[in-house]
Order: sequence, then structure tokens, then C-alpha cells
Amino acid sequence: MALLEVKQLSIQFGGVKAVQNVSFNIEAGIVYAVIGPNGAGKTTLFNLITGVYTPTSGEIKLDGKSIQGKAPNELARRGVARTFQNLQICMNMSALENVMVGAHLRLDRNPLKAALRLPSITRRDAELRSESAELMHFVGLEAYIDARADSMPYGALKRLEIARALALKPRIIFLDEPAAGLNPKETIEVDALVRKVADSGVTVVLVEHDMKMVMNLSDRILVLDYGRKLAEGTGEEVRKNPDVIAAYLGTHA
Amino acid sequence: MNKNTYTGLYIVIAILAVLPFVLPNGFYMDLAIRMAINAVIVLGLNLLIGFAGQISMGHAGFLGIGAYASAVLPTHFGWHPLLAMGAGALVTGLLAAVLARPIFKLKGHYLAMATLGLGIIINIVLRTEGALTGGPDGMPVPALGLMGFELSSDKHWYWVVALLLSVSVWASLNLIDSPFGRALRALHGSEVASQVAGVNVVRYKVSIFVISAVFASLMGSVTAHYVGFVTPNFADFFHSIELVTMVVIGGMASVFGSLVGAVLLTALPQALATFEGWETVAFGTILMICMIFMPRGLVPTLAAKFGKGA
Repeated sequence: MALLEVKQLSIQFGGVKAVQNVSFNIEAGIVYAVIGPNGAGKTTLFNLITGVYTPTSGEIKLDGKSIQGKAPNELARRGVARTFQNLQICMNMSALENVMVGAHLRLDRNPLKAALRLPSITRRDAELRSESAELMHFVGLEAYIDARADSMPYGALKRLEIARALALKPRIIFLDEPAAGLNPKETIEVDALVRKVADSGVTVVLVEHDMKMVMNLSDRILVLDYGRKLAEGTGEEVRKNPDVIAAYLGTHA
Repeated sequence: MNKNTYTGLYIVIAILAVLPFVLPNGFYMDLAIRMAINAVIVLGLNLLIGFAGQISMGHAGFLGIGAYASAVLPTHFGWHPLLAMGAGALVTGLLAAVLARPIFKLKGHYLAMATLGLGIIINIVLRTEGALTGGPDGMPVPALGLMGFELSSDKHWYWVVALLLSVSVWASLNLIDSPFGRALRALHGSEVASQVAGVNVVRYKVSIFVISAVFASLMGSVTAHYVGFVTPNFADFFHSIELVTMVVIGGMASVFGSLVGAVLLTALPQALATFEGWETVAFGTILMICMIFMPRGLVPTLAAKFGKGA
């Protein structure tokens, strides 16, 4: 059974059908890329699967259990993590605290115990602090462990989002354009980071425009165009698909 | 957040310990007590406004519930004042929890309007239920006794309030630097990011609203016993605004900013009394100057300037 099953998924905003009857399966442990021209519905698809939007129709199953319409915080509980195309960093907190927020569900969140500073809370927080620092090492942000989030450069913030998502200990992670806005050197580093994440056993779903990175990393690729599924398959299959070529390069008149 | 933050707590405790020995007379003692009471309320309100990024324009309403619980229940029903104080806090907490669910579906201006309406309604109820509350004239509040010992002199009151303030500062610092507090700050920073990290944002908004409302209610009770008389002005709209102003002037999301805001805005009307009819104008001018040159509030601005954590 596939880890994630999406069947006939659709969402409509007024008259705009942003995603129409899209179906696909993602097996556990692979890197799955979603590509398509701007406005194809890639981010909308991510928002549907991660609970930010509620689908108009269709079904999403994680481990065979229906998850559509569930709030993002309930999905987080089931091991779904994500990053955002337009950064969603808490600029009012330190870099390390941003990562610590990712571990929210693994902590005792009782406000009374916290106000009394019970040893159980502070001990766990101290452990989490070093765990989060390790995660920052993992994503290559060791230079920013004591930094404030609002003093960090864009490229570092993209990786900080990945560290925060990993702090959830996810089973599946959705990365929305992790290399967008990065220079070629940074892109190569993020490429290597995504590979490292996948190798650690987390299923990776990726939206990305950098085709070299997509072809290099992905086990399977889904191509969207105007909200519909255009093709799906391995990199080789997708590359040769005439519909995909037409969508990207245009057709002969 | 780091260990340095707690240095501020020790400084506050040191100031509180020394203050009664250097204050020249009863007038300043009274002022210090009222500053400390306001500081506790503003601490609670800053958790909601500064840290969680929500707003309440009706907090004086909760203060009024606490104050009137301490006046009405012992006077008319013979309750022990401490029990009355607890009942006031409980009612406030329940009311805040029930109302917060629908209210916190709103954001920004709409949330401000809803909380403003709530405060005004509480004020109207206190004014119109004259048989119990004495209506617009208010009513006297019986003295607060603790285990056969009656709190009467300003000196006793000072130590009680100083203790409450120290504990509140400590608890606030603890709360902010905990999983609960980080979730609050995260939903302020990015609601959607906190949600995908697993934070149930509605529950957290409701929780902090209830906590800050209960803070206000308890301090309303304390004020009522201290002053010995309550009027509907306790729950006045202008009082709510005054509390929010203390948060903003002192510094949003700054524990020590809350204290500075409360101290300054409690003292300012006294200091400006020499301007007689013009004191409100002077007050307004000072607030405007503060906001133009220090939009983040006094403590965060100064802390950034001198490179220290607030």
C-alpha cells in the first residue's frame, strides 16, 4: 500500500478550478517531485494535502486512512511536515527557537507546569535545545545557532524551514520550492540536503522549478498543467512525454 | 531567552524590597501599590497582545468582574473575601473561555471590536444592576482578612502586592520560555507555520485570553479591597484603553516593558497634575512622541540601542 494516496482531488475557488481530478500515489521512502508551469496548481496541491485548504471533492489517504479536511495541526500529529514557498519564519523568535517549535507535539505543553518552571519541563527543553542545534548542523546552519531569525539571510532561512519541519520527526515532508531564489552554489547545497533528508528515511515530496535538481533527485515526477495531471512517471518517462514537451516548450502551429 | 533574562527579575525584586524604605510618605506608597497592581494586569495583557499577537480592548471588563465579585459576594451573601475572589476569577475564566471560541475566529480590527463590545457590555451590566452593585455610584468593599489578620495599612498592602508582582514576573518569564510560550510566539510570528508544526492555534489563543482575563479579574479583586470602594469606572472602556497603552508604551512582547509601561502611565497623571486643565493634552503629547520615536515601545527600543536582551 502506498504511503499517500490521492484520488480525484479537486478544489475550486469561485470559478477557478485550481486543481482538477488529480490522482496519484506516493510510495514510502521515495523522492517525489511535482512540476509544472507557474499557476499549474502545485502549491495548491500541497496546501490541499497538508490541510491548509479543504478540497471541494476527492480523497486523500495517508496509510490508508482518510485525511482530507483535517487541520494542519492534526496532520502534523500523523507525521506530515512541510515548508513554504514564501518563507513562513517566526521573525519574532531566535533561529533555534524556530526549530524548537517544530518539536511542539513531542513536548509537555501544560502552561501551569511551565509557569512554575518544573524540572521536567526545563530538562526536556534543554534536551530539545541540543537536539535542535544538531538539526541546524544537519541542514548546514551551524553558524546561525545563536542568531535571531530576522538577522539571517534568505538562503539560510530556506534551510531553517527545513530544520523546523524535520524537528517534527516527520514520515513525509513537503518541500515547496526549496531552491527558489537561491544562487547556483546554494542550489547545489540544498540538492545535497534534500538527498540527505531522503536517505534518513523520510519520504520527500518536492515542488521545484530547477529541472536539474528535479531530475537529479526524484524517483518519480508528477506534471501538472492548468490544475490537471499531465503526466506521471520516472524522470526519463516524463521527459519523453509529448504532452509535457508541449506544455513546457509549446507546440507547432 | 537566556539566563540573563532572570537578572531582570532579581533587579525588580531588589527595587521592590528597597522601595518602602526610601519612599518619603504615604502618597508615594499608595502610588507604588497602584503601579504594582497595574503592572500585574499589564503583564497578563502583554502575554496576549505582545507575545501571542492578539488584542483585547475589553480587559477592564474582566477587571470589573473581579472587583465586583469581591464587593458584592461578601456584602450581600456573606462570602469570605478570598472565596469571592476565587469565584470572580472562575466566572471570568469561564466567560472568557466561552466567548473566546467565536471571538478568536476574528482577526485584527474585527477582534478589537468584538473585545471592545464585550468590555462595554460588562460595564453596562455593572451600571444597571443597581440593587446588587449600587449602580453608577458604586459600593463599598469589605476589608480583606488573611487568617485572622486584616489587611489595612498601606505597608501590609505593599508587601502583598510586591509579592504578587514578583511571582507574576517570574511566572511570565517561565511561561514565555516554555513549549507553551514558544507556541504562542510562533502563532504570532506565522500562524500557518505554527499550525503545520502542530500548534492548535484556536486553543492557544483561547488559553492565553483566559489566562490574561483571570490575571485581570484577580487584580480587580485586589484593587477593590485595597481601595475599599468599587465603581463601574473600574470596567470602563477608557480603563481598557489605558491598559493597552501601558503594554504598547512599555514594549510589546517585553516582560520588563510591561512593568515600565505600568509604572510610567500610573505616575504620569500625577506628575502632570501641575498642568491642571491641560494635563490630558500633555499626556497625549507624551504618548504620541513615544510612539513616533519608539514604535516598539520603551524597553525593546532601549534594549536594542544598548545591545541587551529585553
